[in-house]
Amino acid sequence: MLKIENLSGGYSEIDILHGVAISIEPGETVTIIGANTAGKTSILRAISGVLPRVVGMIVLDGQAITHKPAHEIPALGIGHVPEGRHVFPRMTVEDNLFMGAYSARRKAKISSALEGVYKLFPRLLERRKQMAGSLSGGEQQMVAIGRALMCNPKLLLLDEPSLGLAPIVVDEVHEAILAINASGVSVLLVEQNASLALSVASRGYVLEDGRVVLQDTAEALRTNPEVRRAYLGI
Amino acid sequence: MLGMYAVWFTWSIFEIDPILGSPLAFIIIFFVGYVIQKFFIHHIMKAPAAAQIFLTVGLMVVLENMALMVFGSDFRSVAVTYQTESIHLGEIFISKSYLYAFLAALVITGLLWTLLATSWIGRAIRAVAQDAMMAELVGVNATTTYNIAFGLGVGLTAFGGAVILPYISVSPTIGSHFSVLMFTVVVLGGLGSVAGALAGGIVVGVIQSLSSLVFPIHLQNLILFIIFIAVLVVRPNGLLKEG
Repeated sequence: MLKIENLSGGYSEIDILHGVAISIEPGETVTIIGANTAGKTSILRAISGVLPRVVGMIVLDGQAITHKPAHEIPALGIGHVPEGRHVFPRMTVEDNLFMGAYSARRKAKISSALEGVYKLFPRLLERRKQMAGSLSGGEQQMVAIGRALMCNPKLLLLDEPSLGLAPIVVDEVHEAILAINASGVSVLLVEQNASLALSVASRGYVLEDGRVVLQDTAEALRTNPEVRRAYLGI
Repeated sequence: MLGMYAVWFTWSIFEIDPILGSPLAFIIIFFVGYVIQKFFIHHIMKAPAAAQIFLTVGLMVVLENMALMVFGSDFRSVAVTYQTESIHLGEIFISKSYLYAFLAALVITGLLWTLLATSWIGRAIRAVAQDAMMAELVGVNATTTYNIAFGLGVGLTAFGGAVILPYISVSPTIGSHFSVLMFTVVVLGGLGSVAGALAGGIVVGVIQSLSSLVFPIHLQNLILFIIFIAVLVVRPNGLLKEG
């Protein structure tokens, strides 16, 4: 459904990405693992249209979206959960979720999406009138994921969803990703926590200095000695 | 200034009361603001503060002098029936034109509050103010939202100018009479806070009125600024804003 070819670009004149090629089939969970500064976040930002300089091809369901403005992307069915969560701190949880449906703005669709999010994260229902900035890190992550689901995406971009969270909360996020994928949404997961990423994804790409150096099934990557040494710490 | 001229003309040509004409002033100046943001201010959003000040002060000079060319330097005022009337509540006299202006301000504040709290554009404005990149990621066109927000801001200023026309006369430089007070109001309440601006406005008005009971009236701004500085010492971010 998503096909990225020969993607280069960055924030200034200096390229962070060098000819990246990635593809995602419908219903798949794919992960990109790699060290800090390898360019993982830049790939997601390029897809969503917020990377300042992009060269190459990004095709969603046969439609080139490479240079579409960022605010037109959610309506095409791509939800983005950015690194660092980026909840709107001085808005209620519910208003944050409403913002996720901004591109649809139709009552009927929104209430069913909202129901789905509250079913996935019952804790958000309890806290829906609280300011998002007052929540714990894990709860904010739920808000960020819930908000991205509000546009009924076909593809969910997840950037470091486990970063800075307590291990027990990481498990919850892990469960949520599996549930989201089981409901038919494709997931592109970017993680430093490679063991988590490879346990939820079916395929993975290893990114080094803006280049894909390895791609395989998650199973094969988990047993690959290079990956084990460099990213799994075994 | 533009809002005041707008209702002055609707009053002098169509005999529309300035307070009833004020929504019209809001609408006209909203579009003026939208265009100014789109074609001028948009380009300096990320520029240093000095560039932003040069542009906005420059725009002010241009607008004032255009008004001077078109309208002349005469002070223009309206004549409405309630201008000299007041309501007597025991020993208190309330001027009707002040009362109507106050009520109109309350209504527009309520409308603004409702817009920001419950509408899509209101949520979008708050989202862009808090995290513009994230707002783009959920589908908000941040540039357009800035245009609308700026239009709202100057439209509301025009509305404010319109409703005080029954007791203030308009001239091209009338704006400067209010700019220092206006800064006092928003900084006192807390920059960026709508509730703070409302609170700041009421506090400034009450301090000015009460100080003239005790001190000579020409000292009212002196008293105001002493209290203003004292408040900022205790609450540097304003009355209603947490650090």
